Amino acid sequence: MRKLVVLLSFLVPSLVFAAGSSYPLDKAEYDLTDKASLQRGAQTFMNYCMGCHQAQYQRYQRTFEDIGVPLELGEQNLQFTGEKVSDYMKGAMPKASAEKWFGTAVPDLTLVARVRGADWLYTYLRTFYVDDSRPFGVNNKVFPDVGMPHALEELQGIPYDSHEEKLIDGEMKEVYAGIKSDGSGTLSPEEYDQAVLDLVNFMVYLGEPSRLEAEDIGRWVIIFILVFFVFAYLLKKEYWRDVH
Amino acid sequence: MSNKLLDWIEYRIPMMRVAKMHAAEYPAPKNMNFWYVFGFLATIVLINQIVTGIWLTMSFEPSAERAFASVEYIMREVEYGYILRYMHSTGASAFFIVVYLHMFRGMIYGSYQKPRELLWVFGMFIYLALMAEAFMGYVLPWGQMSYWGAQVIVSLFSAIPVIGEDLVIWIQGDYVISGATLNRFFALHVIALPLVIVILVFLHIVALHEVGSNNPDGVEVKRKKGSLKEEEKTKWKMHEYYTNKYDIVDDVVPFFPHIVLKDLVAFTIFLLGFAYVLFFNPEMGGYFLEHPNFEQANPLKTPQHIFPVWYFTPFYAILKAVPDKLGGVIAMFSAIIMLVLLPWIDRGRVKSWRYRSGIHRYNLLVFAAVFIFLGYLGGTPQEPWKITASQICTFLYFGFFALLWLYSKNEKTKPLPERISK
Repeated sequence: MRKLVVLLSFLVPSLVFAAGSSYPLDKAEYDLTDKASLQRGAQTFMNYCMGCHQAQYQRYQRTFEDIGVPLELGEQNLQFTGEKVSDYMKGAMPKASAEKWFGTAVPDLTLVARVRGADWLYTYLRTFYVDDSRPFGVNNKVFPDVGMPHALEELQGIPYDSHEEKLIDGEMKEVYAGIKSDGSGTLSPEEYDQAVLDLVNFMVYLGEPSRLEAEDIGRWVIIFILVFFVFAYLLKKEYWRDVH
Repeated sequence: MSNKLLDWIEYRIPMMRVAKMHAAEYPAPKNMNFWYVFGFLATIVLINQIVTGIWLTMSFEPSAERAFASVEYIMREVEYGYILRYMHSTGASAFFIVVYLHMFRGMIYGSYQKPRELLWVFGMFIYLALMAEAFMGYVLPWGQMSYWGAQVIVSLFSAIPVIGEDLVIWIQGDYVISGATLNRFFALHVIALPLVIVILVFLHIVALHEVGSNNPDGVEVKRKKGSLKEEEKTKWKMHEYYTNKYDIVDDVVPFFPHIVLKDLVAFTIFLLGFAYVLFFNPEMGGYFLEHPNFEQANPLKTPQHIFPVWYFTPFYAILKAVPDKLGGVIAMFSAIIMLVLLPWIDRGRVKSWRYRSGIHRYNLLVFAAVFIFLGYLGGTPQEPWKITASQICTFLYFGFFALLWLYSKNEKTKPLPERISK
């Protein structure tokens, strides 16, 4: 039976495996205290990600409360699948259809930032490029042959690998110049980077919604321990005074 | 009034007698240094694991369908559930940190030597039970590493000739790691093994208090009855259980309050590190909580790299160093058995490395370095050079015991002081 599992795992298309690319990751300078950024990220997330993905371990209500969106406003403008604000953030797409359409289960995004890391997500969402050999016409630099279409194309425009001529050792050579957009998107390259950063910020929040609260409590706990240490040390010193 | 109540209780159960015998009037060497706090810390961490574990059990659901989701429920919807969960997950790693330091203390000061052999063996049994406890606990959140880690570890048993394959099915309760496996691991993790550990810890402490604590000089503080002059005996009132049998040198302090206060200071320093990880860095860069474990177990999706958690990686490296599967399993278990047998492998009479030969100190330090390096080799992605390095380190690991056995018989040691040195 175990042999069967191993065999099966080889038959499953490579796109379900963790990306083994060594593409250098850009640093995502996200900021969980920036509520405006979290709100913009939530907007992008609800509009562009939740069509296929879900965040099934988190409730809308908790999300709206944490990022400072009034519940009514959130329910009217950020929920598109007719659920109640107290419901879990389940996507609109049935799981079975997803498997049929994409050839793989669409991963839940609640914890994706903790699995992949913020830098990975930030780079991944900015490195789709046109590749006609792929079913959706795009490929990805950090996750080669990924089974996901470029969901943010409307924002970025059509991205393609660009090259430019450069003088190297006295010769003009074509060198890779990164991914460029054809300009058909609604955002400029800088705006797109910011939108992705906001989205990553939101997904980092989503992965661990208690992060800020934990650090708030943690600071007080550490201060308490430091004060306690002083008393513990003095008491110990007092008792040991006569021993040596 | 309170005295009357205490007398009433004492007449029926020996509460004060035990407290005196094992705390207020227990003779502890006064030169016990910071290496001696880790037993106390291990006890604290054990209590932490039990208490937080009880609360986690209230919301955790041990089924393949619900385990992962219920952990996220604890993280998101149980009041302060994330603190309970991080206390438990950080506690697991902290347990091994303090236990490894505790064991190394025993090695450098010869605390396993006569008459503390059983004390050491009980300790090693605690370590073994702890490894089983930690392994099964790691399976419970049912993430990718839980699943595939379990797959790797459980399949080790299939290397056993004849019964191996059936044994694996018997352990798993299924033909693959499944919900049935999760359920039985849950039962063992929350009931069977904690009971075993608590009983072993009790025995460990009983054995310790019977033979008495060792100290950095390795000079016994309990002497033959009648061998000490009155002025050499301790001025502290120690329990007659000890003073009736022995003369106690004037180098001891009562365990309570002196040692307890020392432990308390160490505990606050420990707590500082613990709170930092708990509140600010619970994943510890993927070492305490591995990144792939935030993805639900998927039998059809093998993670790119499968590692056990950091505290198992030295043994994992030894396992991988031997090309043959059965050979690897034997090497891995032998590595632990060697430690159990340490009191008999070391044929020396002098306990502390302070008074033993240069080669012994060198041997101990190399052993510690090799153990840490094996941990690195077993916990990072496989590369060809690492196989060779693991083989060399495995050789050095066993070399420690072989060398110790050889040189300890006629070792050149320094003369022991009559009393604990100042």
